[in-house]
Amino acid sequence: MELLSGGEMIMRALKVEGVKMIFGYPGGAVLHIYDALYQQDAVEHILVRHEQAAVHAADGFARSTGEVGVSLVTSGPGATNAITGIATAYMDSIPLVVISGNVPSHLMGTDAFQETDMIGCCRPIVKHSFLVRSIEEIPSVMKKAFHIAKSGRPGPVVVDVPKDMTAPTEKRPFEYPETVKMRSYTPALKGHAGQIRKALDLLLEARRPVIYAGGGVVLGDAAEELTAIAKRLGYPVTNTLMGLGAFPGSDDQFIGMLGMHGFYEANQAMHQADVIFAVGARFDDRVTNNPKKFCPNARIVHIDIDPASIQKTVRHIEVPLVGPVKSVLADMVEMLNQMDVEPDQSALSAWWETINGWREKHGLWTGDRFTRRGKIMPQDVIRTLYEVTNGEAFICSDVGQHQMFAAQYYKYDQPRRWINSGGLGTMGFGLPAAMGVQLAHPESPVAVVTGEGSIQMCIEELSTCTQYNMPVKIINLNNAALGMVKQWQDMQYGGRYAASTYADSLPDFVKLAEAYGHVGIIVTDPSELKAKMEQCFSMKDRVVFMDIYIDPDEHVYPMQIPTGSMKDMILSKTGPTK
Amino acid sequence: MRRIISVLMENEPGALSRVVGLFSQRGYNIESLTVAPTEDSTLSRLTVTTIGDDIVIEQITKQLNKLIDVVKLVDLTEGEHLERELILIKIKASGAQRAEVKRTCDIFRGQIVDVTPAIYTVQLTGTSDKLDAFIDAIGASAVLEVVRSGVSGIARGERVLSV
Ligand SMILES: Cc1ncc(C[n+]2csc(CCOP(=O)(O)OP(=O)(O)O)c2C)c(N)n1
Ligand SMILES: [Mg+2]
Repeated sequence: MELLSGGEMIMRALKVEGVKMIFGYPGGAVLHIYDALYQQDAVEHILVRHEQAAVHAADGFARSTGEVGVSLVTSGPGATNAITGIATAYMDSIPLVVISGNVPSHLMGTDAFQETDMIGCCRPIVKHSFLVRSIEEIPSVMKKAFHIAKSGRPGPVVVDVPKDMTAPTEKRPFEYPETVKMRSYTPALKGHAGQIRKALDLLLEARRPVIYAGGGVVLGDAAEELTAIAKRLGYPVTNTLMGLGAFPGSDDQFIGMLGMHGFYEANQAMHQADVIFAVGARFDDRVTNNPKKFCPNARIVHIDIDPASIQKTVRHIEVPLVGPVKSVLADMVEMLNQMDVEPDQSALSAWWETINGWREKHGLWTGDRFTRRGKIMPQDVIRTLYEVTNGEAFICSDVGQHQMFAAQYYKYDQPRRWINSGGLGTMGFGLPAAMGVQLAHPESPVAVVTGEGSIQMCIEELSTCTQYNMPVKIINLNNAALGMVKQWQDMQYGGRYAASTYADSLPDFVKLAEAYGHVGIIVTDPSELKAKMEQCFSMKDRVVFMDIYIDPDEHVYPMQIPTGSMKDMILSKTGPTK
Repeated sequence: MRRIISVLMENEPGALSRVVGLFSQRGYNIESLTVAPTEDSTLSRLTVTTIGDDIVIEQITKQLNKLIDVVKLVDLTEGEHLERELILIKIKASGAQRAEVKRTCDIFRGQIVDVTPAIYTVQLTGTSDKLDAFIDAIGASAVLEVVRSGVSGIARGERVLSV
């Protein structure tokens, strides 16, 4: 049997797992691994400029491909810098393997130089973690790490490797396990046939149905199956922030995103629904508003791979269905085709009439629901972005008002095109995530929709973009403020802008982009927006930083009224409360 | 409501901290916790007593099940079960008190396991309620030190928790 060092074993395991690319940053504890990396060519390494970005980039890679993202960081500060990235992935159930170095085993527990209890630090934000205790166990640990990361409800797995486990002089037999069997970990592979039948019976009884689909559909590669069942039934579909693209955004049956900044028609429809079909969604507080007032008349079917997501916040789930959404939905369509029952068409057309009424009145895509005040409106920026990219770009968002505009005004027709930190809401996610997306899809346009606040949280990655020719397009919605914070301060704190403005101290982003060797474009006039956006995307091989000065006073609407029900929303700054 | 949850988990380092961490992270309370290896040395059995309504308990069991190290678990309080806790307690026992302590001890079927002229050390097993009642009967002023093992539990009858 072949003898390998621990460092070589790690690299070999990555190769066997089909990993083409990892994102990392070296340091003392991982130098053996880096030396092993140097001496192979199956796996390419992308040197980021901050470990947080290493994890976000791996995350973006994973979100856009469905494969496991991998990053490699050193002990101590390298590991702690990775924490935000790991937590981001955890909250959105993204499959990652994060390899962290640690001090040699005999020094662990002695407060050695650059020692951190990584297993302890990351415990609440990982699906699982391994501390490597012997060189021999590296193959099985790596195999399990990948298996756990991608199966069931996916999530990040940390493999913490003390330095002595990777020493080049210590070679051991290498045999990579073909399969994993863990008695303590057996995620469901199929939905229960009886429950599926019950779910269908309930769905077919509906008079005012809504399909509420979340990130689980994207993660579970079930967009096609979801679309099939939605088309078969003719029911309206709403997507969560994480689910955008799970059902085609430009389809007539799509009634928009739901939740805190969701579409009027989506939130009204949910509230009035008699049957809700929740698919791969977790009744997050940003969706339900006050769970006690959530959809009082709805009977709910809920499919989720994670039993703990069912009945967690909203209790009245009539048909819980644990299983992978893809296979459950496929089974449902099949069973449906065998049944001789159709939805009540007259009830359904009346329901659609009501929904279309809401749409006409307040829908974000049936008219302009904002006022232009002579400045560039953020909504127009996203609409222009949509037009210029034909709706085909990968949109990687940061966190803030710009994120909500990007969610509302870009129509996502395919899954894995909308990449954002929905669960943790991590500012700084956009640019590094876009790097991972761009590397996975070298031929596709990749845009970072960001704000001048968020982009400064991982701005150093502009240098990584130079090194590896990642021609991402940065669409900076510059409102010279932490806009989302300011909006809340407007609405709830009498306009007292505590620590949310910094207009006088912003960098010149054009010069900054140029300093990194990129192209900078400033846009201040609404009339030049489209032409400059086209110019931006015509530079296929360049990173372009579009610094777009938008109306700093704009708010994101609609917005649910806190503690209210789904339907309680504010529609504009001055507009009535509905 | 008070519940006793018995958990079989991989006897791996870090497994216990994951369970304990889960409770603090999600704001579940732990009344008592015991853990030790089982007859199968690859498995540990952990017993946790906790308090919560049905909703909380449902989440606790689901979240515990989600931990990769957890192989199986059962809420013992859902059925007939036996519950035992061990207490070691140092009691002032001089003069007239001495006979009284002995008598109380007998009533509760405790054993005096160590003796000095002024102190009895008593061992007692039973349900947590019984131990509480014993401490009450002795009276706070006579109690010098108490150590309780936490609850262990097992289902009555044929039901067995194993892999
Ligand atoms: C790392 C991090 N820190 C703080 C926050 C809280 N926060 C949410 S949105 C926001 C403002 C974002 O500003 P900007 O990126 O300029 O976007 P805008 O809202 O102005 O569009 C802040 C500070 C966060 N989400 N992430
Ligand atoms: Mg801003």
